[in-house]
Amino acid sequence: MITVNRYVCGYCGACVGVCPVCALELVETWLEVSDECIECGRCVRLCPTGALSLEEAQG
Amino acid sequence: MRCDVVVVGAGPGGSMAAKTAAERGMNVVLLEKRQEIGDPVRCAEGVSKARLSSMIKPDPRWIAAEVKGARLYAPDGSNVVMSEDKSGDEVGYVLERKIFDRALAMDAARAGARVMVKTRALDLLRANGSVKGIRAMRYGEIIDIEADVVIGADGVESKVGRWAGIDTALKPGDIEVCAQFLLYDKGIDDEYCEFFLGNELAPGGYVWSFPKGEHLANVGLGVIGSRSEPGAPVKLLRRFVERRMPEARIVEMVVGGVPVSGPIERTIADGVMLVGDAARQSDPITGGGILNAMQAGMIAGEVVADAVSSGDTGVEGLMAYEKRWRESIGKQIARHLDLKEFFIRLSDDDLNKLMHSIQSEDVSKMDLRGMLRVLIRLNPKMLWELRHLVM
Repeated sequence: MITVNRYVCGYCGACVGVCPVCALELVETWLEVSDECIECGRCVRLCPTGALSLEEAQG
Repeated sequence: MRCDVVVVGAGPGGSMAAKTAAERGMNVVLLEKRQEIGDPVRCAEGVSKARLSSMIKPDPRWIAAEVKGARLYAPDGSNVVMSEDKSGDEVGYVLERKIFDRALAMDAARAGARVMVKTRALDLLRANGSVKGIRAMRYGEIIDIEADVVIGADGVESKVGRWAGIDTALKPGDIEVCAQFLLYDKGIDDEYCEFFLGNELAPGGYVWSFPKGEHLANVGLGVIGSRSEPGAPVKLLRRFVERRMPEARIVEMVVGGVPVSGPIERTIADGVMLVGDAARQSDPITGGGILNAMQAGMIAGEVVADAVSSGDTGVEGLMAYEKRWRESIGKQIARHLDLKEFFIRLSDDDLNKLMHSIQSEDVSKMDLRGMLRVLIRLNPKMLWELRHLVM
């Protein structure tokens, strides 16, 4: 799943604009990731601050 | 709640659309999801004087600085100077967007639009398959705002188009990912906007320095998404500032994504119009989006008033918007997309060669197109495939 490092995120919304399935939503400084996420990693690569990462689900 | 037109997003495009429609007697609601309009900024704040002045009377309250022109640097440091009135749509005034965006929203409010902040669009309302307004969340409560037409001016993050079946998702090659510092440095040239090219500095983009007066400047860069990696814009900007202005004092940080996809296939749907960055109308070469958004917003405001008055708010009734923006701002956006696709492939050697070739020419009174014409004459082999752009 996509993990947001909220200490690094600049809440610019670039990730929201590139998400192919509309899984992201920015609410003020808070980035929400919905279950629609297909873990394609496009937002991770394009994040200007490097705040996003794609991590294997536990278990 | 019921109105004629609901505009999603109170940036320059949305506010101009709301103001224009309200001036034509429309009952307009302008939504902004943030609690403060204009803040945080996601912009380098440069605009051309002439084009801005044709749309709104310049006001010293939101002009941070005026510049004389632009200086463009090749990777090896060789450069050319262009005068302000010829340097394209990003050079002339450097704005204070936090104040500018509020002023435009207030103009819309004065014209009669109802502005609602901290109100986030959640989805389109539909009845019998047609769009009937917006469902929104306001202060944590869900409200339905019925309207004949929804104008999506919701920026790079746009959802309105996607809800209406227009795929506006940006691929990596369709976005410049950017970082910017507002900084103080004694070396800042207060009279010129500066542009630095180079694949090491900013792959597939450029570094900019836009002065804001008294040695303050927006110094930032954009990297084409297809050549970026996580966090690259911030890392590259820190490196640029550390090397070139080690004494700089950084007082603000800005990040953002700029659409550079060029014109998308359609910007209207039944009861829906897209404006500005939401319609991917930002300039693919410069990344400038303010003026195109404002102009598109004005056209959208005029067309929506006609459509609502005539009772046809379907695709047919809104088609005039699609036609008018493509015939005006659309042509340059399309030309600049071709230029961008070409220039992001050039090596630093190519960029240096191009810059050296025009050192003996007087380009100070040329616009971008004139300069391109000269470049093609001097470098016919390298630039052969661009000749259609200056015919």
